[in-house]
Amino acid sequence: MYHIWSMPRITRRAWKVWHRNLVVFFRTWQVNFFPPLIEAFLYLFAIGMGIGTYVKDIDGTPYINFIAPAILAISVMNSAFFECTYGSYVRMYYQKSFDAMIATPLSIEDVIAGELLWGATRSVMYVIIMLPVLAAFGVISIPASLLAIPLAFLGGLMFAGIAMCFTAITPSIDTLNYPSFLLITPMALFSGTFFPITLLPVLFQYFALALLPLTHLVAIMRMLTLPAFSWTILLHLAWIVIVTSVFCVVAINLMRKRLIV
Amino acid sequence: MGYPAEHLFTTINIILFYFLLPQGGFLWINTEPLVYGGGPIPSIIEATNLKKTFGRITAVDGISFAVKKGEVFGFLGPNGAGKTSTMKIIACVSPRTSGALRVFGMDPDISPAEIKQRLGVVPQETNLDPDFTCYGNLFTYSRYFDMPSDVAQKKAEELLEFVQLREKRDVTVEKLSGGMKRRLILARALVNNPDLLILDEPTIGLDPQARHLIWERLKLLQAQGNTIVLTTHYLDEAARLCDRLVIMDNGKIHVEGSPAELVKEYVGNEIVEIEKTAEVLSCLEGEHIPFEIIGDTVQIATESSREVARILFDHCSPHKVLTRPATLEDVFLKLTGRKLRE
Ligand SMILES: Nc1ncnc2c1ncn2[C@@H]1O[C@H](COP(=O)(O)OP(=O)(O)OP(=O)(O)O)[C@@H](O)[C@H]1O
Ligand SMILES: [Mg+2]
Repeated sequence: MYHIWSMPRITRRAWKVWHRNLVVFFRTWQVNFFPPLIEAFLYLFAIGMGIGTYVKDIDGTPYINFIAPAILAISVMNSAFFECTYGSYVRMYYQKSFDAMIATPLSIEDVIAGELLWGATRSVMYVIIMLPVLAAFGVISIPASLLAIPLAFLGGLMFAGIAMCFTAITPSIDTLNYPSFLLITPMALFSGTFFPITLLPVLFQYFALALLPLTHLVAIMRMLTLPAFSWTILLHLAWIVIVTSVFCVVAINLMRKRLIV
Repeated sequence: MGYPAEHLFTTINIILFYFLLPQGGFLWINTEPLVYGGGPIPSIIEATNLKKTFGRITAVDGISFAVKKGEVFGFLGPNGAGKTSTMKIIACVSPRTSGALRVFGMDPDISPAEIKQRLGVVPQETNLDPDFTCYGNLFTYSRYFDMPSDVAQKKAEELLEFVQLREKRDVTVEKLSGGMKRRLILARALVNNPDLLILDEPTIGLDPQARHLIWERLKLLQAQGNTIVLTTHYLDEAARLCDRLVIMDNGKIHVEGSPAELVKEYVGNEIVEIEKTAEVLSCLEGEHIPFEIIGDTVQIATESSREVARILFDHCSPHKVLTRPATLEDVFLKLTGRKLRE
C-alpha cells in the first residue's frame, strides 16, 4: 500500500502537465513578464538608493551587491511557493484540472510531478528576467551569475515541494495564508538576506542553518553573484538536494492521499 | 440470452449507419470486426463482487456485472446508489476496496495508463479547463493521450462539428451555457477514439434538442463499434439507448436486463390510472384487482388494459380512466420505492 514515503512512479507524461501550464503562462505573458522586472527595479531603488546610502558595505561588499543575490533567492522562493500553493490549489480545487487529467493516461503522480516542475520553472523564468536588470546595474558579476539559472531550478523545486505539501493538507484556500505569513515572510527576512546571518544570536544561527531552506539558497546564490566560491557550497547544495527530494516525495504522496479516494 | 437477435440488430444498425446515412462513418471507423463468428462476445468490463467503501459508508456493495463489446450498458438508481462510485472505479480514477475487475482484460490497479488510453470519460461533474477555449480544451486534452499535434488539431475541429459547437470554437468555456459545456465534455471524451465510453449522466441539464443530438451521436458511436457505459436519471433515455441495464440501490444491483424485458417482468404491459375515490377503492377490492395508490391516483398494472377498463366502467363508475404502456419508470419506482433519498 501507499504511505507518505512511497517512491512515486513518475513517467515522462509529467511534462505534459508542465507544458499545459506553460501554454497558459505564455498566453498571458504580459501579465507574467512585468512583476519580476518591476520587483527588480523596486528593490534596487529602495534598497540601493535608500538604505544603501546609510549602509555602505558589509564585510567589504557594497550593500547593494550584498542583497542582489538575496533578491534573486527570495524571488525563486516566492515564485515557486506561490505557484504551488495558490496556483496549484486553484487548479486542483476550483478548476478540477487534476480530476480531468487523471482520467487520461496521466497518473496523479505525473500530474503533481508536472506541477512541481512547473513551479521550479516559474522560478527559473523569474531569475532569467531579473538577471539582466541586476547585471545592467552592475550589482552582480557575469558570467558566474549565470549559474543562478540552474540554481533557480533546484531551489524552485525545493520550494515547490514544500508548497505542495501545504496544498495537499490545507482545508481551504484561506488557510494557505498561514504558511505564507508564518514561514515565507520571516524566512525572507532572517535567512541571511538583508543582513548577515552572523548578526543573529548563535542559537538562531544554528536554527536558520538547520531548518530554513532559504538560508542555503541565499548562501549559494551569494557565492555565485559576488562571486566568492568556497567549498561550503557543497554542503549547502547537499542540504538542498536532500530536502528537495524529501519534500517532493512527500508532496506527491500526500496529494495522492488527498485526491485518490 | 438472446445473442443472435442482438447480433442481427447490431448488424442492421451497422448497415443503416454505414450505407444509408450520409454521415455514416464520417468520423472514424473501428477496424476491429464488429461481429464475431459465432464465438462468445468478449467482455469489455468484467466485475465480480466489486466493493467500494469510504470510511464507514459502503458506496458499492459487492456488485457483479459484465459489459460486452459493442453494447450500451446503463446504470440506473436513485441518488447515492453508487453509480458514480462504480464509474470512477471502472475509469481507473478511484481504486476499488475489494473484488475483481477487468477492463479490456486488464486490472485497473496494475495497468491504469493502458486502460485509460482507450477510455473516453464524461464525468458527472463538469471539469473543463477554464484557461482554454473550446478548441483549446479538446486540443490540450488530446495531448495528454500522446496524440501528434496535427492529428489532434484535426480531431478537435472534427469533434467541435460533431457536437455542433463550431461557432463557439474560440470562446472560453466559462462563456458556454451549461448544456454546451456538457456537449463539449462529450467531445472531449472522444478525442482519443476510445473503445469504451464511460458517461456519468451525459445529458444532465440539456435541452430536448441537445439531448436528441447526443442520443443520435451515441447511437452512431455504438454503430461504429464503441462500447458505452452510462448512468442516467432519465428513464426514457435509458429505455431508448441501453441494450441492457442494471438498477442499483444502496450499492447493490437489484435487477439486470434489457429495458423491454424488465418492464415486462416487473410491471407488465400496461398501466391503468384512475382517480382515487372511496368508491373505486372498494370496488377494486371487490373485483380482486391488485392496485397501488400513488398520491391521489390509483394505478393498476396489467397485461390487458381493455379488460381492466371494461371491468372498471361496468362496476366502478370511475370519473376518469387513463391507460398507457408501462415504462421503465414504473419498474424503477416499483423497485426503488417512491421515498426521496436524502
Ligand atoms: N469521496 C467520497 N467520500 C465519502 N463518501 C462518498 C464519496 N463519494 C461518494 N460517497 C458516498 O457514496 C455513496 C454513493 O455515491 P455515488 O456518488 O456513487 O452515488 P450516485 O449513484 O452517483 O448518486 P447520484 O445519482 O446522486 O449521482 C453516497 O452515499 C455518497 O455519499
Ligand atoms: Mg452520480
